[in-house]
Amino acid sequence: MPGANSSPAARLLYLYRTMARIRAFENAAEEASRGSVAAFGATANTTALVRGPLHLSTGQEAVAAGVCANLLRSDCLTSTHRGHGHTLAKGADASAMMCELFGRADGTNKGKGGSMHIADFAVGMLGANGVVAAGIPIAVGAAHSAKIRGSSAIVACFFGDGAINRGPFLEGLNWARIFDLPILFVCEDNRYSATTATDAMTAGAGAAARARGIGLPAETVDGNDVIAVDDAARELVARIRAGNGPQFMHALTYRIKGHVSVDAAAYRDQGEVEQAIESDPLKLAGSRLAALGVPAERIAEVDAEAQAEIQAALAAAHAARVPDPDEAYADVQDTGAGQWR
Amino acid sequence: MALMNYAQAACKALAEAMRADASVVALGEDLGHGGVFGQYRGLQQEFGKARVIDTPISEATIVGAAVGMALTGLHPVVEMRVVDFALCAIDEIVNQAAKNRYMFGGQGRVPLVARLPIGVWSGSAAQHSQSLEAWFAHIPGLVVVAPATPADNHGLLAAAIACGDPVIYMEHKELWGFQGEVPAQAECVLGKARIARSGTDVTLVSWSRMLHTALAAAEQAAQQGVSIEVIDLRTIWPWDRQLVLESAARTGRLLVAHEAVQAAGFGAEIVATVAQELGIPVRRAGAPRIPVGYARTLEDAARVSAETLLLELSALVNGDGRGRSMA
Ligand SMILES: Cc1ncc(C[n+]2csc(CCOP(=O)(O)OP(=O)(O)O)c2C)c(N)n1
Ligand SMILES: [Mg+2]
Repeated sequence: MPGANSSPAARLLYLYRTMARIRAFENAAEEASRGSVAAFGATANTTALVRGPLHLSTGQEAVAAGVCANLLRSDCLTSTHRGHGHTLAKGADASAMMCELFGRADGTNKGKGGSMHIADFAVGMLGANGVVAAGIPIAVGAAHSAKIRGSSAIVACFFGDGAINRGPFLEGLNWARIFDLPILFVCEDNRYSATTATDAMTAGAGAAARARGIGLPAETVDGNDVIAVDDAARELVARIRAGNGPQFMHALTYRIKGHVSVDAAAYRDQGEVEQAIESDPLKLAGSRLAALGVPAERIAEVDAEAQAEIQAALAAAHAARVPDPDEAYADVQDTGAGQWR
Repeated sequence: MALMNYAQAACKALAEAMRADASVVALGEDLGHGGVFGQYRGLQQEFGKARVIDTPISEATIVGAAVGMALTGLHPVVEMRVVDFALCAIDEIVNQAAKNRYMFGGQGRVPLVARLPIGVWSGSAAQHSQSLEAWFAHIPGLVVVAPATPADNHGLLAAAIACGDPVIYMEHKELWGFQGEVPAQAECVLGKARIARSGTDVTLVSWSRMLHTALAAAEQAAQQGVSIEVIDLRTIWPWDRQLVLESAARTGRLLVAHEAVQAAGFGAEIVATVAQELGIPVRRAGAPRIPVGYARTLEDAARVSAETLLLELSALVNGDGRGRSMA
């Protein structure tokens, strides 16, 4: 990847590429999930290829791309139910991910997790999580482990604005501070906790203020501006690597789609959504690239490559094998293996 | 062999594991002062604060962090003080530790041991006296262990740390001072029960402190000419079906006794399995479905006594196993 010292255009094009790959992935997954789950007034379509709740990060790509551009493969990451972007940006293979969403044996999780539990331990992505805020203690433990083992790895811990109202947020931040752990907390604030505006449910001055209250340095950034996220992440990660302990990023963004793919999100003000679409992170990065003199054809080329990659991932997912029912009994536990049939 | 108590035996097992393997760490509240039952005495002095970690009162993060540690190369031993407090970490135990390996398709392992002491802790009332082993036995992915003796608290803790699966390790809140001989080398295998007393008329399966009540009842029964075989189950999941079925087939009658509430207790699983497999008379004895009260009289009402076990045994031996009959 073009490092911090490369030309601004090269760096931004790299970030743009990551965002374009995430967007293409989300769009394809959304398409394949029509009728995936009976919720939000939708009825389930049993032939949907992507089953169950699918949480899209459409519109939030800059946070994943900007933060992960500052991580090494050996660093770890924990994610949320809305984790495709983080997983791709951390280096997972799009085909293996799409296979997982399709419930195939070749998926990242052998078809056992799906979208909500997407993970790729080989690239340090320690898992999306179906329980809000549950990734926080796990990330804290991974950072504590790195410190105990004398590893130079750091941990990035992503969670939503809704997660800051759960207990593990307080416990985890406090723990990271008292043990001075190498961890970057990233509150990805898309303003909604499912169908509810998070503001109305959150007392006080918000995520960054809470983090500061526990003694963590906290930066609030425009989470739709990938350059701003990249710059802030670079600084925060540098502080962590220099041994300054936990840091906190509050990234302001917007969930362009519904809470899950079948959610039309009619509870939102249309003007608010239109405004968010105006400040789409890809659009913003595209105009920045143009301003830096990157030709439109070059940007279109990156878009086309991202599309091609995801089309190939879709084709792989369609072709891949579904798990044999017997595989349901694998990877439960070693002790007493075979005693659960 | 050396004589030591239940707490010292666990301490010995943990110290041996920590000496043998630098990836073994312990974390929980008050460990630096030996743990509230003395089961960590001297460990922080020997292994330092980085490996015997005093934590904030953050049960969810104690277990959650242990999951993160286990995924990244450590073998954490987690202290919850009493099982009752582990309920503040139930997501981390049930949804995170137990599910991790499976839901991520075998990418990781969670080799952690969570110590959740069970049992009535005399005078401590409803929130410090529960026996919740059946809850955890119900969860795929977990191993559940309940040692009854110092030898087993040494051997089973060593086996739990070594096994590679998430283990719910349930010591008993009132066995800490219980003395017994402990072999120099740990020799326990998870999932293997033990015949604590041989007999021919009834198989009596128990675990944890109730084992000692069961042995007392067996002794009294012997004086009345009834021979009871007492099995210490030791591991609740995976439980030793083979030994229990063999014994029950021999004696032709089964009683399972536990300190936990009888309704939906683990005894139900065992007697159902044996009834299904052997078709012999089976009974179970557990606590009534009431919280543990504070006053001595109330606390005793929530206990299962040797007298209760004798009534149950007599129902099996003298009756047809249906309803208690006084011989
Ligand atoms: C502990 C818990 N409670 C409730 C839910 C149901 N739920 C799933 S996502 C969600 C909203 C989370 O909001 P936020 O943390 O802001 O993340 P976002 O969905 O906006 O990415 C809720 C309530 C859950 N998964 N876990
Ligand atoms: Mg949100």
